[in-house]
Amino acid sequence: MAFVVNFPLFAVVLCLICSVVSSVLPGRAARRLSLSLCALVAIGAALLLWYGVRTGAATTYLMGHYPHPWGNELYFGILEPLLLCVFAIVMGLCLLGGRKHLSEDLEDGKHRLYYVMSDLVLSALIVLCCTNDLFTGYVFIEICTISSCGLLMIRQIGRTTLASIRYMIFSLIGSGLFLLGVILLYAITGHLLMPNLKEAIGALYESGSYRIVLLSAISLITVGLAIKSGLFPFHFWMPDTYGYATPASGGILSGIVSKGYIFFLLRVIFRVFGTNVFYRSGVSNVLYVFGAIGIVVGSISALREKDVFRMIAYSSAAQIGYIYMGISLSPHLGVLAALFHILTHAFTKPPLFLSSAQLADVSGSRKRGDWRGAGHKNRLAALTFSICAFSMIGIPLTMGFVSKYRFAAAAFERASLLVPTLIVLALSTILNGWYFMRVVIALYMPAAEADAPRAKPGDRGVYAVSAIVFICLNIICGVAAEPLVLLLERGLALL
Amino acid sequence: MRELLLRLWDSRIAVAAVILFAVGFVTLLLHRNLLKKIIGLNIMDTAAYLLLTSLGYIENRLSPIIRSGETDPALYVNPLPAGLVLTGIVVSVSVTAVMLALTVRLYQRYHSLNLDEIYAMAQKEHGV
Repeated sequence: MAFVVNFPLFAVVLCLICSVVSSVLPGRAARRLSLSLCALVAIGAALLLWYGVRTGAATTYLMGHYPHPWGNELYFGILEPLLLCVFAIVMGLCLLGGRKHLSEDLEDGKHRLYYVMSDLVLSALIVLCCTNDLFTGYVFIEICTISSCGLLMIRQIGRTTLASIRYMIFSLIGSGLFLLGVILLYAITGHLLMPNLKEAIGALYESGSYRIVLLSAISLITVGLAIKSGLFPFHFWMPDTYGYATPASGGILSGIVSKGYIFFLLRVIFRVFGTNVFYRSGVSNVLYVFGAIGIVVGSISALREKDVFRMIAYSSAAQIGYIYMGISLSPHLGVLAALFHILTHAFTKPPLFLSSAQLADVSGSRKRGDWRGAGHKNRLAALTFSICAFSMIGIPLTMGFVSKYRFAAAAFERASLLVPTLIVLALSTILNGWYFMRVVIALYMPAAEADAPRAKPGDRGVYAVSAIVFICLNIICGVAAEPLVLLLERGLALL
Repeated sequence: MRELLLRLWDSRIAVAAVILFAVGFVTLLLHRNLLKKIIGLNIMDTAAYLLLTSLGYIENRLSPIIRSGETDPALYVNPLPAGLVLTGIVVSVSVTAVMLALTVRLYQRYHSLNLDEIYAMAQKEHGV
């Protein structure tokens, strides 16, 4: 069974090969290839997860069997395959659910290029989840940036091109800062592999030498990855990027690409800086402040937005704030809550984008004012939207409730931040409820005109599959959250 | 004062790299002209590579290529930073290409390179 440890390396190579092959295939074949790749990665990651749970130990995979100062390594325990599995499933469901809009939004003959980009994003996510080398991480961060920009700019309207260039600018600033941080770490330690770096940084911190360089490196890497994942005050690219992309891309970018960066940051915090150094450096307090402000500002901006897509995008900014708030609260319960929220957001935000696209079709507009009664014309999309909105608000029986509960529990671990955290949680729940329920209520109002066109059932086949799977995931993980939390806890111990 | 100046002189390349990085960073973030933003991006990346290259260079040592059969590592400089810089250059060339392609597409559509003007035109076009 130990054969399964070869899976991440083969999956990366397979994704790269598939993306090259896709560029010469017809669109339909490229789509099938891409979907099978997602399925394969999900199955492989599930096997790897099973292997990790059974052995209860993490695996360090030496590429080419070269030991550490020379070779490159992969490292995975329980968390890495779990997130990889979730990323692959969500990506496959986004490609399925957004198929109708993909065929409308993309020019003829460019479909295959979309799947080239999605395969590349998947390969980059696998590496970000599993690599044990900081510079390899940097290279794949850039691959992820370029390919997700490709997913965005393939829709040829002016607004999307503009959004892609802003996305690129912010991403490049983020990766520039990250690169400088890695170089500083390399300068003071002489290592790039995570375990060696952690050892050297621990020793440097104890001896007190290079304090300023170490602190700058930690802040540069953290800020760089925070900019790339869209933490306040760097969330301004989000509404345009997520709002005007084709719905499948909006789902992929908000649901998994930004989470890939956050998970990479978590791995860097745990495996490079060490929680001891990171949480005593003061960077975590800065993250807390920006996370908390981001939650409130994101929610208020969402409240003021009339365009539903942009509203959901602003809500993403608030959710990223939650995740960073959790990371900065405490290295155990806080990070656990953040990890659970990564899963919640990955299962909730993509179906929101996909169902909004369906509802915008039947109501003929992106504005929430025009959505009166749209729920009667496309019942499944309205149901998906409502359940995901409940999950974002944090109503019991959905995943969102469990993550809010976890955040509150984490706040008790840090007495000095208890009151502000609880206030932010309460305030954002009210704001979330306000802007999401407003749309849900509009959806189920009596329709303004009875003879409006209903969605044709033929359009909805694949969308229905993805919507139902998303709803089930949300409710199952919300009702039976305990095993998942235990799994995350065991994974965190191995990180 | 004298000591500070001497220390600055010792680390002059690092200081120059950080100044260049800041120049590129600010240009990329704040300049309105898209082409100048791309130039800023390249200055920023080059500054990072300058820092990395200067770290790998040790005075009076040879480049790490064995010619005369001499295998003592103390004779050669560290080859790893050079390898990292090469990888980095490949990355920055491809990002620059993507940025230039996007700029060309925006220029064809809006006939402007000023991001503010383009934004205003796009808003008018979509009525948002």
